[in-house]
Amino acid sequence: MGDVIAGSQPTRSTVNQIRRGRPRFLAELERFALVLAWLVVIVIFGVLAPESFLTWPNFSTIFGSQAVLVILTLGLIIPLTAGDIDLSVAQVLTLSSMTIAVLNVGHGWPIGLAIAAALAIGVATGILNAFFTLFFRIHSLIVTLGTGTFLHGITLWISNSSTIGGIDWTLVQAVILTRLFGIPLAFYYAVAIALVLVYVFEFTSLGRKALFVGRGREVARLAGVPVTRVRLICFIASGVLSAIAGTLYAGTSGSADPTSGTQLMLPAFAAAFLGATSITPGRFNPLGSTIAVYLLVTGITGLSILGIDTYVQDLFYGGALVLAVALSQLVRGREESLTEL
Amino acid sequence: MILERGTPVLEDSATPNLVVQGISKSFAGARALDDVTLSVGYGEIHGLLGHNGSGKSTLIKILSGVHAPDSGHVRIGERDLPLPLPPGEFNRFGIAVVHQALGLVPSLSVTENLLVRRLVRDANPMIRWGRAKREAEALFSRYGLSLDPDALVSKLAPVERALLAIIRAFSELDDTAGDGGLLILDEPTPFLSRADVEQLFALVRALADRGTSVIFVSHDVDEVIDLTDRATVLRNGRVAASLTTRNASKSDFISAIVGRSLNMTRPPPRTIGATQAAVVTDLRASGLEPFNLTLRRGEVVGLTGLLGSGYDWVPYLLYGAKPADGGTLSVGGAEVAIADVTPSAAMRLGMVLVPGDRPGAAVADGLSVAENIALPVFGRLLPRLMVTGARINQHAATLAEDFDIRPREPERAVRDLSGGNQQKVVLAKWLQTGPDLILLDEPTQGVDVGARQQVYEFIRKAADRGASILCASSDHEQLEAICDRVLIFSRGRVVSTLSGDEITKHAITERCLNSLGGNLQGEAVNG
Repeated sequence: MGDVIAGSQPTRSTVNQIRRGRPRFLAELERFALVLAWLVVIVIFGVLAPESFLTWPNFSTIFGSQAVLVILTLGLIIPLTAGDIDLSVAQVLTLSSMTIAVLNVGHGWPIGLAIAAALAIGVATGILNAFFTLFFRIHSLIVTLGTGTFLHGITLWISNSSTIGGIDWTLVQAVILTRLFGIPLAFYYAVAIALVLVYVFEFTSLGRKALFVGRGREVARLAGVPVTRVRLICFIASGVLSAIAGTLYAGTSGSADPTSGTQLMLPAFAAAFLGATSITPGRFNPLGSTIAVYLLVTGITGLSILGIDTYVQDLFYGGALVLAVALSQLVRGREESLTEL
Repeated sequence: MILERGTPVLEDSATPNLVVQGISKSFAGARALDDVTLSVGYGEIHGLLGHNGSGKSTLIKILSGVHAPDSGHVRIGERDLPLPLPPGEFNRFGIAVVHQALGLVPSLSVTENLLVRRLVRDANPMIRWGRAKREAEALFSRYGLSLDPDALVSKLAPVERALLAIIRAFSELDDTAGDGGLLILDEPTPFLSRADVEQLFALVRALADRGTSVIFVSHDVDEVIDLTDRATVLRNGRVAASLTTRNASKSDFISAIVGRSLNMTRPPPRTIGATQAAVVTDLRASGLEPFNLTLRRGEVVGLTGLLGSGYDWVPYLLYGAKPADGGTLSVGGAEVAIADVTPSAAMRLGMVLVPGDRPGAAVADGLSVAENIALPVFGRLLPRLMVTGARINQHAATLAEDFDIRPREPERAVRDLSGGNQQKVVLAKWLQTGPDLILLDEPTQGVDVGARQQVYEFIRKAADRGASILCASSDHEQLEAICDRVLIFSRGRVVSTLSGDEITKHAITERCLNSLGGNLQGEAVNG
């Protein structure tokens, strides 16, 4: 480059400062926009249906029953952070809850062993997904689309496509019947897992390395980050959390059915992307995801209390997913997508 | 072995096909082109030469409609070009461009590649593959090419791909421009052997004989002399020389490219210890002849050459970022097989790599300055299983001071910073580890002039501390500013070495330009 042009360039950083300079309160507002949106939804339905919506039983039910979805979403954001997509989470959930039912009810296994088997399925699925993604270098979207469908086939097979009830009542006790401050224990499990993930993502080098693996895989590799191992760990973690979600799912009703769980995939994705617009905007984060789940579920509960049909769920979750992704693109200045799709 | 050609249309004898009149263009206040004027006649092959940053690529981008000039105009045939043009529109004006990357889809067949742009342009809903194939065959045989229309492009030899890209560009001209047309070849030859280059030139000459004007962009003076009728040399955005090839010597070209001497900030000679710090023995990889190098403590060695000469691979191979076939490296008292080196092993041996691809390989630019700086030392920032954001920011704040990273806001995303400051982030990230061997690739690419001096200082400071530095660069001015020794590569091997006071921008450029022909080696070029 020429010596001639020395000194004639205005520095780009000053330009950027002008462009980027944003009042601090706007940034703070962005961080908590999701919480505000949740409150707004509560207020709207509270006004429209004060008797049935604004009741403690309604809210404690929401908190308790949706813990499953929270945990599933938390499982999903782990590989998403490392740049991989796991479409098999909902099928892992379904298969693990069915495994508990089949082993506990059909084969008389003690509930503890049945749960251990369910968790083992989560680990195995994570390893399987990681193997095909990392060893054969196939996009995780394709691999997990396949493994998910495969697992669902197993679920239908071992259950004869029917619902199995009568799971050991201690599980139901531990998940939904026992309440603390009026809220079923399931909620506290989800919060505990969210807090563990906050710790891992925010305060450990593993969490930061996973973030680099997702955002700059070559950068991470050249900095000596064991990229393959990090992605493996993330797949396994997502499998395990999905299996835990499956365990709670079985515990919520004391039974396992082969299909309803699979419908949780879309809400989980919607919540993951919606959550990424908040708390630490532009990043998948556990607290944002948790709040997003409750925002979405509150909206749907409100609508159904108003007497609107169940098809509204699909409208709501499908719309929320696309809007959430569009929002997160806005947050990140449309410069790159959160995932390399 | 110059082929006989019909009479080229030259100089003022006829109305030129392409007229570029008084083009100027600035980017963010930096002048890239300054009053550039040139003309190309029908059937003329016109060379375009100049350094990186001379304005060559800006001119090509203007001609292909990407940028609009600030002033001046471009006329082709009878028409003024309304610049900038929407993508693909330049075809309509009888202009076709072959970029170095060629723009072929490897997994598709020769015929499909030949048709691809026509498919986009024509509304014809039905493709008649039989006819398309016969047309392709006819086109190939007219120009003596033996390409199989059904072959996959990925199976073609490099030269066949280049030939296909050129004939495709020409075929797009054929049915758009009435006559003439302009074919721009932007360095299509750097990875080809001499024999292949001849084959390619024969095609280009045959096309020019049909009245097409050709602009041939190249670093290689010998090729330009061999192929062109006239040539324009750009330097610092201006036309440094307009030459009629037949009447110009190689040294005319070289002195026009290099220009007169500019005051350089060559540092005072340093005394380098005699201690060997790193020894590379017999490094082998595809495209590289066995490479040997001994680096002393505190020594800065530059690697350079023309595009495709292989010098820029060396840092990546030593670091384990790209796979090597063999060789050993001894550094920091250990000897390792280079083929086994991984980035983390390289880091343990005290090596760091500053890659040339900043957004792709050096920083995750959506993450913060602080996080990027902390990446190689997360483990060290982890006293009690708690790396807090505050700790990371605080760590970065100290380094932002040392490396003058502006603005001093470590939590800001790297992409918000200027190129120079991004590069300071990369240097801070790696130099904080106190490496013994620093591998650099194009360390000042995309770095503004002010920050460039600072980058030089950081590199020199690291060398003074005792680190050995290996710097691959195509910026000869930079090599002059920082190097104690410069190795010049050609076709995968070191063909020339400069050291001490021999290292001038001129000398490096001259050796590079001569590295392919080689007959002017050592001859002084006066500025």
